[in-house]
Amino acid sequence: MSKEFKRLDGRKVEEIRPMKAKVGVVPNADGSALFSFGETIAIAAVYGPKKMHPQHQQDPEKGTLRCNYNMLSFSVTDRIRPGTSRRSTEISKITQWALEPVIMIEDFPNMVIDVHINILQANASTRCAGINAAAMALAHAGIPMKNLVSSVSIGKLDKQLVVDVNKYEEDWEEGEGATDIPFTFTNDGKLTHIQLDGKITKEQLKEAVELAKKATQKIYEVQKEALKKVEGL
Amino acid sequence: MTEKINRQIVIPGEIIAKGEDFLPGDGTEKRGNEIIATRYGLSEEVNKLIKIIPLSGVYHPRRGNVVIGKVENITFNGWVIDIGAGENAFLSLNEVPRYINNDSLDELMNIGDMVIVKIWGINKRGIDLSIKSRGLGKIDEGIIVKVNPNKVPRVIGKEGSMVNLIKKETNSNITVGQNGFIWIRGDKISDELLAKKAVLFIVEKSFVPGLTEEIKEWFDKNRKEKQNE
Repeated sequence: MSKEFKRLDGRKVEEIRPMKAKVGVVPNADGSALFSFGETIAIAAVYGPKKMHPQHQQDPEKGTLRCNYNMLSFSVTDRIRPGTSRRSTEISKITQWALEPVIMIEDFPNMVIDVHINILQANASTRCAGINAAAMALAHAGIPMKNLVSSVSIGKLDKQLVVDVNKYEEDWEEGEGATDIPFTFTNDGKLTHIQLDGKITKEQLKEAVELAKKATQKIYEVQKEALKKVEGL
Repeated sequence: MTEKINRQIVIPGEIIAKGEDFLPGDGTEKRGNEIIATRYGLSEEVNKLIKIIPLSGVYHPRRGNVVIGKVENITFNGWVIDIGAGENAFLSLNEVPRYINNDSLDELMNIGDMVIVKIWGINKRGIDLSIKSRGLGKIDEGIIVKVNPNKVPRVIGKEGSMVNLIKKETNSNITVGQNGFIWIRGDKISDELLAKKAVLFIVEKSFVPGLTEEIKEWFDKNRKEKQNE
């Protein structure tokens, strides 16, 4: 594995694209946040906890987390058809699973917390940006949480591992092609979500986990800074 | 001795204090010998008890709170009232201080009416309300302002200093519901509107230290402008 692996945008292998984070971007929501990885921009708005409607979906044991991931039609160069698709349904579910372990959902029986994630601009890693934004928005909404989560994608381009893949790298075709592995970690290094489709050896996967752990620490710092920066204080 | 914990913004999962000297309060949790924040807000320490003052989020109902709600539905033995919390709030006929016939509930309060109520109990089924106390009951006149429920302590001020100041300056009666609804009733509409403006000003400037003084100045300035007109 050569140290001098060059990425198209000039980044080092473990370098994340410039991140931007802000809370309180949707004044009407109970909590909201924006998170971006370079050209990938996600905003998340949280409503609730509120009464679950329809009533038959109420859970008297614990609350429900409902995530909704949506890519806006102008987020990519070829207009995407608005509305739910197979892909967005999957990512909504994945986001929900990534966030559920840290939320103290048992405090809100019969209630629902709605998380709406919209991708304004997409250049790969949209689910990771979405999860990061959603975690911040949930914290901003004052929902009790055990910890914050941060998400990053690790790519395997041919045999080289890279952090935070962009669109060009996602479509890598040389050698073994590209494998994209999104990870979500809590701040204390616990894994809440991992996805993998493609091929990777056991050893490399372990390496990828370590890379992701380090990268999520950096993301956590960005999220933390944004949450601590409230206007007027 | 341990140093005092400063007031600062904390985020979920952040360690506020280490060691056995402090106790975890609202919005915090003890893990090992660390006290960790479980929600976003300002951390505060009073007599070794660490708690978090929320900065955002929906209204969290508590027993004894006086709130202002809207009648949402009438059942055979009471009213369902929307107080802006996630759960249903129910005002039973038994909690009304006078006799009401079972089939004329709508004569006292109809759907859409605003009402000042007190939370006297929270249980698994929902929130129980009461109007058996002074100052509670249906609202007939005046205006209602909705503010962020987390700003309510600011509007009230230390021992009611802020709300009393507005009452005095505008000659109006103000009831602040803990859920963020504020009822203002004055003799003149201009008084009510001035009080509303003052409340919104407080909410906007809620982070300024020495706010009561600033509000006094604000009223002086307003009065001068009135005289000049």
